[in-house]
Amino acid sequence: MQITSRKRIVALGVLAALTLTGCAAGSTPGESTDAAACTPSEGKVDLTFTSWIPGIDKVVDIWNEKNPDVQVTVQTGPNGNGGTYKNFFNQLSAGNAPDLGQIEYDALPNFRVQDGLTDIAGCEGVLDSKDQFIDWTWNQVTFNEEGAVYAVPQDTGPMAMYYRKDLFEKAGIAVPTTWDEYQAAATEIRAEGGYITNFPQNDVNWFAGLVWQADGQWFSNDGDAWDVTLTSPESEKVADYWQGLIADDLVSKVPAWTDEWNNAYNTGSDWTWISAVWGANSISSGAPDTAGDWAVAPMPQWEAGQNAAGNWGGSSTAVLKGSEHPYEAAQFALWLNTDPEALTALNTEANLYPATKDGLTLPVLAEGVEFYDNQAIYDIFAEAANQTNPDFTWGPTMTQTYSDVADGFGQVLGGTGTLTEALTTGQTKTVAALEAAAIPVKK
Amino acid sequence: MSTVTAGAPKEKLASRAAAMIVMGVSTLYFLVPIWWLFISSTKSREQFGSTAGLWFADFNLFTNIGDLIAYNDGVYLRWMLNSVVYAGAGALLGTLFAAMCGYALAKYRFPGRELIFNVVLGGVLVPATALALPLFLIFSQFNATNTFWSVFLPSLVSPFGVYLARIFASASVPDELLEAARLDGASEVRTFFSVSRRLMTPALVTIFLFQFVAIWNNFFLPLIMLRDQSLFPVTLGLYAWNSQVNQIPEIRTFVIIGAFLSIIPLIIAFLSLQRFWRGGLGAGSVK
Repeated sequence: MQITSRKRIVALGVLAALTLTGCAAGSTPGESTDAAACTPSEGKVDLTFTSWIPGIDKVVDIWNEKNPDVQVTVQTGPNGNGGTYKNFFNQLSAGNAPDLGQIEYDALPNFRVQDGLTDIAGCEGVLDSKDQFIDWTWNQVTFNEEGAVYAVPQDTGPMAMYYRKDLFEKAGIAVPTTWDEYQAAATEIRAEGGYITNFPQNDVNWFAGLVWQADGQWFSNDGDAWDVTLTSPESEKVADYWQGLIADDLVSKVPAWTDEWNNAYNTGSDWTWISAVWGANSISSGAPDTAGDWAVAPMPQWEAGQNAAGNWGGSSTAVLKGSEHPYEAAQFALWLNTDPEALTALNTEANLYPATKDGLTLPVLAEGVEFYDNQAIYDIFAEAANQTNPDFTWGPTMTQTYSDVADGFGQVLGGTGTLTEALTTGQTKTVAALEAAAIPVKK
Repeated sequence: MSTVTAGAPKEKLASRAAAMIVMGVSTLYFLVPIWWLFISSTKSREQFGSTAGLWFADFNLFTNIGDLIAYNDGVYLRWMLNSVVYAGAGALLGTLFAAMCGYALAKYRFPGRELIFNVVLGGVLVPATALALPLFLIFSQFNATNTFWSVFLPSLVSPFGVYLARIFASASVPDELLEAARLDGASEVRTFFSVSRRLMTPALVTIFLFQFVAIWNNFFLPLIMLRDQSLFPVTLGLYAWNSQVNQIPEIRTFVIIGAFLSIIPLIIAFLSLQRFWRGGLGAGSVK
């Protein structure tokens, strides 16, 4: 029952998307690749794979050397929201999309709703690989549909707390383990003249990671319609908490990823950053003068004794609709994201953090990191990856949702409104956007 | 300036000073970002964020250039070369076509001439960005996306160039001269290349420069058309890198030094061509 109704949603969404864009030519929603029909192609196969990760071509070279009959060409472009997703949609409607594409988890539902993904569940080894992946990533690529797999998880961004070990020690402030302690520490740090952290206007997916940790949901889909819950109690709890920090001037408000922001960390004016595993490089590069002063601890918790974590970022390798070689494409995607050699290369060449359970214990991730005073920081992130709520769901209109919520956040940082109001506006506009695309939504 | 000559010396001085201030401020306004770019290009990654933006720290320009060229098997040089080919060859051929078209519209009488000219004028109003997606779909029909031609061919079209060429041909190529050439037995093609082209040189240089800059800066078309990074022009390549800066911060230095190097060909094109431009306009005024 659930499957059929879910298919109905998708078909509806597809229909809506096609009529909206007027690009109906060439793609009929009904002719989706039958999962059972995934068989090897005859002869030599050439695949194209679009990814914006610099250095991923080196990893693909390893595959090409080992598989003379399945050669993969890497194509590249700007990051997903920087243009590659638009290109994918253009190419899908023109019928010349690459065989494989990199798609972030928060963009997958959009591709699913617009019928841009091939179901590779019928391809050898795909369903069996389920247990290799961290639970939440598998749910991202299956949309909880029984017997369907639309992409292979590639990397994740488990969150933890980076903090200035030296400053905390010097000021005699205990490293916070709960959000209450974090707020108390924020007050003490403010008295020292610093800020505990920075509240970014545009990193709405960072904020979503915090809601994720609090067991909140922004979207869900019961098979009949989407439920938009940006204003769920958990979400509002997180918003109220940060609203308090902002109102009491306990966090700095500089735009993230700017020189000013780097400088706040480099000069020791900002003391902590709740961020994803890939943030380790952002700090070492943006705040080079603080080498050896940083450490990593788990995220502060809502209740003492919990160990929940959020996630920020991560992507999957999807077989796009129209690929003539789904079997080979699926085999490549599985190899790329599960083979220890590939995962090691992805980590060293492209700084990706694996989405498999075994990948978390790769030798390359067990080493201490010099910038963090040789702390084995990846142990913390591995723990976080396993403590991430498996059921978090992204919606089909994340780009729009992010930008609407970010507008509201910007107003809050400018001194008007509240974070909850920003979420309420985001909620209203998201529901409107879904309705405009004729995607069924609960009100 | 010529209108103030009648005023008293004091008044003249004041207006001169005002003009100088306006020009000085605009020069500063345009040059400061380039100065910042140059200064930033000379800094190491560590010093980039931590030292003053508009003055030198340690001078690492050549190390940075070396790193940029070495990064990713020298793909940056490839992008520069692509840009030079797209913009250089595209502007050259585009100028030729625009010149011939504008000349024909100015000098030959044929039915539908004004209609064609008006359609071309209408083309000036359509932004290139709006045409990128239709072009993508057309090229998809021929399986020609992600090829050199998918960016090069659309670059040859310049309605504004046709417009300029027509105006300039009407004004600077006397009909009498063409008749003389015809009487001497020159073919129409020869007349165009040996007589009219020379008279139109200042306009052609202008068209070439406009077209060169337009292709060099055209970003949206390559973004939509190209996926193979060995075909990227430098603008798209730098944009793709820049979109990765959050995750891979090392690239930031390369984006900055790359952006700095990428404006050099434009500067060269302007400095070397403006000579012809001025020469041509001067010749016209003497006559």
